[in-house]
Amino acid sequence: MPEMLSLSNDPILFVTVMLAKILAVFIVVILIVAYATYAERKIIGRMQTRLGPTMTGPLGLLQPIADGLKLFFKEDIIPAQASKFAFVLAPMMILVPAFITIAVVPFGGNVVVGGYTVPLQIADLNVGILYILAMAGLGVYGIVLAGWASNNKYSLLGGVRSAAQMISYELAAGLSIISVFMLSETLSLRGIVEAQAGGITDWYIFSQPLAFCLFVITSLAEVNRTPFDLPEAETELVSGFCTEYSSMKYALFFMAEYANMVVISAVTATLFLGGPAGPFPGAINLLLKIFFFMFVFIWIRATFPRVKYNQLMYMGWKIFLPLALLNIVITGAVVVF
Amino acid sequence: MAKKDIMTINMGPQHPSTHGVLQLILELDGETVVKATPHIGFLHRGVEKLSENRSYHRALPLTDRLDYLAPMSNNLGYVLAVEKLLGITDLIPERAKVVRVMMAELTRIKSHLVWLATHALDIGAMTVFLYCFREREAIMDMYEKLSGARMTSNYFRVGGLSLDLPEGFEKDVRSFIDAMPGHIETYEGLLTGNKIWQKRTIGVAKIDADAAIDIGLTGPALRASGVDWDLRRDNPYSGYEEYEFQVVTRQNGDTFDRYKARLDEMRESCKIIRQALDKLQPGPILADAPAVCLPPKEKVVNSIEGLIHQFKIITEGFKPEPGEIYQGVEAPKGELGYYLVSDGSANPYRMKIRPPSFVNLQALPQMVEGALLADVIAAIGTLDIVLGEIDR
Repeated sequence: MPEMLSLSNDPILFVTVMLAKILAVFIVVILIVAYATYAERKIIGRMQTRLGPTMTGPLGLLQPIADGLKLFFKEDIIPAQASKFAFVLAPMMILVPAFITIAVVPFGGNVVVGGYTVPLQIADLNVGILYILAMAGLGVYGIVLAGWASNNKYSLLGGVRSAAQMISYELAAGLSIISVFMLSETLSLRGIVEAQAGGITDWYIFSQPLAFCLFVITSLAEVNRTPFDLPEAETELVSGFCTEYSSMKYALFFMAEYANMVVISAVTATLFLGGPAGPFPGAINLLLKIFFFMFVFIWIRATFPRVKYNQLMYMGWKIFLPLALLNIVITGAVVVF
Repeated sequence: MAKKDIMTINMGPQHPSTHGVLQLILELDGETVVKATPHIGFLHRGVEKLSENRSYHRALPLTDRLDYLAPMSNNLGYVLAVEKLLGITDLIPERAKVVRVMMAELTRIKSHLVWLATHALDIGAMTVFLYCFREREAIMDMYEKLSGARMTSNYFRVGGLSLDLPEGFEKDVRSFIDAMPGHIETYEGLLTGNKIWQKRTIGVAKIDADAAIDIGLTGPALRASGVDWDLRRDNPYSGYEEYEFQVVTRQNGDTFDRYKARLDEMRESCKIIRQALDKLQPGPILADAPAVCLPPKEKVVNSIEGLIHQFKIITEGFKPEPGEIYQGVEAPKGELGYYLVSDGSANPYRMKIRPPSFVNLQALPQMVEGALLADVIAAIGTLDIVLGEIDR
């Protein structure tokens, strides 16, 4: 088999293919985000003996579009006492990291276009995991900034909660991933997928069950979903950091929450479930895995009450962190001996 | 020494978890509550004063709007008080008494369902909210069948009932109480064993028996602190002494115990309703007290005497002897008391209402001091307050 040439030998094709990939991934993520709100309302509705949206379009399928249009036409209010620059910046700060994280997630193997090898991944960074952690860390600035810039005490409390929550949980999440790349011996997500390519038994969920559980739980906390939705906590903080936001700015927060869910599901699938591996063409497998995690997140929301601030801290520092460290020690021992 | 910065936060009257228009001034150190001051009065409608300018019959609809989640309990307390003032308590026919007990207990379930729904929602469990409202809807439908209104029922009358039970009503009630214990199991399945729920409620907003008595707590909140006191058993009215039921008490006086106590009360209410259904015999629904009770509709439309009789009661009302009485009933939220003074005219000279929520709310500041913001929400929920009767 002749050596395949990398695309970078043909700049025009390179740019075209890159743009096509970015556009495709972006559109898919946006669609999932929009229809995740619909799915959440339908699924939770069914769980709660309700119907969910039914009136807009067949089966209420146009509901996300109607919601988007409605928010788009709403008056955009910036409180007089708010810090305007930070207030406008915050929603972007939270949405952008949520979307660009998806760039390193591989959604298939290689395909051949005009004699060149095209990897089905936007960017194969050799520090892929660090990039994901960095972007996840960046998202919190948006929330803190929103909470602070609103000049509202509830928002401020939400922002402070969120900062403390992110710091505590990012550590445990990061440490639980360490054991994964101790096994794969690479930080590149493509490398991790290839290390799990030998079939379903090679998936890291089986060799790293503890790391998998830790990562799923801590990522729930990272994306502020029930039972860790303290920064919003509408019954305590009246929506917390986004109390003062309206119109499209509010929609951006909303989109960011769901985009984060999609990204976290994709990352979990990549790290622990073999990424695009499975019986169908690559991207479909990955999508199915993403949908599965999204469903679990929604299911959890319908079931669990919210934890308290001090309990959240306790769990993060005194349970998840030691467990993650323990997992690393065990993995290290297994790898060495 | 640096001054410790305290953040004052204005919680309510527009806040999703203050159960109406309660305003709390919270002084927070971080998220820890240093001081909580409830402010009330945003829903004041002057029910007590209004009733001084209405005849006894016409003051009855005002009582629907006290604790609007348990209208029939309010009606019951009021009609019992007026009957006591008139001295016709012994004339109330058996059927009216049994129906009153049955409806009061259904109302207790209805009120507790709203409490559980909102309490769980405040703590973050949104599914229980909708399950509870589904069952509450069934009771609402019964209310509507019975009185024509879903919330402001205005069904009891001084001397008995306004209407007899509609056809098939007993069957509805029976099928409801057959299903209800299963539904309570469902709620328990979602909450009781849930670790997060336990962490959020056990030991939260604790109040011990002595403090509860000092404050004057009544109802499930008092019984969860270990005080065995229930007016239905200890000062029975409307024939409660003839029913077999347990007074549910718990020992710890925390949010979890109050939760368990109310759930068990719902189960006991189902038992009382079942006994009431078994007791129910056909018979008159109004006392034989022509000066107080309206004549039957056939007499009013077919005879001039009946018409005059009705006209006299509607326009003039009835005039109790001068005197004063107090009547307390065990409403879902605690002891609901009516203190009536008559000066011999057709209007009450004074009507003082002792609403359980008003007294129970006093426990809030000491429950939440030193607790976290999230516990304040739990404490408001667990006290089961309704601003309609606090502000009156």
